[in-house]
Amino acid sequence: MTPTPAIMDEPEEKILTDLLRTMLLIRRFEEKIVEVYGVQDMKTPVHLCVGQEAIAAGVCANLRRDDYLVTTHRGHGHCLAKGTDPKILFAEFYGRVDGCCRGKGGSMHPVDPENGILGASAIVGGAIPIAAGAALAAKMKKTDRVAVAFFGDGASEEGTFQETLNFSALKALPAVFVCEKNYYATNSHLSARQSHDDIARRAEAHGVQAERLDGNDVVAVYQAAARAVARARAGNGPTLLDCKTYRWYGHVGPVFDYKTGCRPKEELDEWMARCPIKTFTARLMQKGLLTQVKLDRMLAETDSRVSQALEFGRASHLPDAAELTQHLFHQNAK
Amino acid sequence: MPWTKIYLDKEQMEQTLKKDGLRGISYQQAMLEAHEQAMQADERVFLIGEGIDDPGGVFGTTRGLAQKFGKDRVMDMPIAENGLTGIAIGAAAAGMKPVFIHMRVDFLPMCMDQIVNHAAKWCYMTGGRVNIPLVIRAIIGRGWGSAAQHSQALHAMFAHVPGLKVVMPATPYDAKGLFLAALNDGNPVLIIEHRWTFEAVGYVPHEMYQVPIGQSITRRAGRDITVVAISQMVYEAMKAAASLEQEGIELEIVEPRTISPLDMEPIIESLGRTGRLIIADVAWKTGSVGSEIVCQVCERSPGLIKSPVRKICFPDVPTPCSPSLEKAFYPGSDEIAQAARDLMRHQSK
Ligand SMILES: Cc1ncc(C[n+]2csc(CCOP(=O)(O)OP(=O)(O)O)c2C)c(N)n1
Ligand SMILES: [Mg+2]
Repeated sequence: MTPTPAIMDEPEEKILTDLLRTMLLIRRFEEKIVEVYGVQDMKTPVHLCVGQEAIAAGVCANLRRDDYLVTTHRGHGHCLAKGTDPKILFAEFYGRVDGCCRGKGGSMHPVDPENGILGASAIVGGAIPIAAGAALAAKMKKTDRVAVAFFGDGASEEGTFQETLNFSALKALPAVFVCEKNYYATNSHLSARQSHDDIARRAEAHGVQAERLDGNDVVAVYQAAARAVARARAGNGPTLLDCKTYRWYGHVGPVFDYKTGCRPKEELDEWMARCPIKTFTARLMQKGLLTQVKLDRMLAETDSRVSQALEFGRASHLPDAAELTQHLFHQNAK
Repeated sequence: MPWTKIYLDKEQMEQTLKKDGLRGISYQQAMLEAHEQAMQADERVFLIGEGIDDPGGVFGTTRGLAQKFGKDRVMDMPIAENGLTGIAIGAAAAGMKPVFIHMRVDFLPMCMDQIVNHAAKWCYMTGGRVNIPLVIRAIIGRGWGSAAQHSQALHAMFAHVPGLKVVMPATPYDAKGLFLAALNDGNPVLIIEHRWTFEAVGYVPHEMYQVPIGQSITRRAGRDITVVAISQMVYEAMKAAASLEQEGIELEIVEPRTISPLDMEPIIESLGRTGRLIIADVAWKTGSVGSEIVCQVCERSPGLIKSPVRKICFPDVPTPCSPSLEKAFYPGSDEIAQAARDLMRHQSK
């Protein structure tokens, strides 16, 4: 075992800019869905992560392309941050052949093996053990790859979470468990489901090291993830990142759910004021690392990339009915 | 009988029921009324499920009940299906009547251990000393790219397990009546509903009543072919029957309503007249309830069937997301009608 590196200093400028770029990409990608969903040709239930971008960006900036990632029904941002081309995501959401699953999966099941993404489960808690399994494989094959699971606060209530943490600690697996604690599971507040909100404590009870952080502070996430990934890579075991955040849109679909009485508007307002992108750009500008002109340029670049991706997705064609029975089993096992 | 009738649209229902001064409501309203009356009548009844107290209220079937009965009896829960099923089993064993509600059937596999190894076994294993009056509701999803993990039915898996009863009401009348019968049964009863039947309308009495578990029903009389239609497929079968009528082909439609225990009598009786069998289900073909039905027919009176049997089921693959593949995946009235024509042609050869 090599010792885990010490806590990082403030990241260098290039990293900060990249974090911003990733967050902008996720935000504008999700907002593009909001913009086009009313046309009703994107026939897949969308779970948007607007408001939570800092976690995906901060964690994935520490990952190598060959590190593993699994995610949930709310996984667009994780994939984009890990390097997935937005084109194959949009094509998937339109159910087209150029989609990352050839139209089989849709928004809830993105995959991108070239970028280490093994897939996504829409069964809550379903993919947490799968990440640990990837970590186990990485360890058994004596690689220094790391596996990351993203999941929500609701998923931390599942047996799979507890069982996986215990095993991961027992085997010192190179895994990072990232809990996006947005305080809701569909419309249920965390307080209706857990006796306390200290998810980190649950990890610690299993012998998994944990950090509690402001999931809307991309630098805090970046640094905590850097420590967790370094620990894992060095063979020093798993970490759980307990990231406090909030999703802006309703559980599913492109609408704000305060209108239907699911959550208080004041709560949303409070969290919108703590927008991870707005606070970060303000911080960068204050430090002289970002100007409005540069930000506008980044936004324009992002928007053009997102629009092109959408056009690509729409232009791709629907799978032929004959594809229905394909892919049930792998055909070329070696 | 007004309570056996299937209405293909609201207008048709209103015209028929108005004459007799009968009330017509939707499946969703019937379910809601059944829950409300059951809770009013018996304070042992409580509901538990993820988000059942939210404004959506399980597609309207629990809407407003938390306000009426309080959150102790309309209980939201952690996302922990297996453990909570065990907790519901324990509460049932100790004298409560829990109703555990899942928004999707796909979440039942999470509870497989508690349902299959515990709820289904407890009465037998204890020599009948401790029974489990537990009702579990779960809803089949469909459409808009619900995809592989939000659209399964799985009733055949549960029907395989002795000690469980499995009901699949398709009409508003049966939704209320079978729910109340399930609550009164004293055993674990799984109610599998189809989301696409929630807007279906029909006659539903105000008062509490029960539809006996384990009784099939003949929805439509017809000379030529027996169609056993499960859950939402009963509507597809009715549509197919309406269009085939013009071609001179008559379908007789039997709806099992209860999958386990399965009432074969009306099916056998109908086959005695038609000699032809189509089974339409909202699930995969292999190892399906249809397979069991055919087997029971063959065990009892193999001579009844005079042409090949057709199963109108999902192809044996998970549900795809893409609209073009979804379309290819789901069979409906057209497929039933085509199968019926094939069978009739087979006979004239
Ligand atoms: C096993 C299971 N139970 C219930 C559901 C329905 N469901 C889908 S998402 C969700 C909430 C998940 O909450 P959380 O884990 O906090 O993730 P978030 O949606 O907040 O990102 C629920 C209950 C499901 N998909 N799987
Ligand atoms: Mg959540």
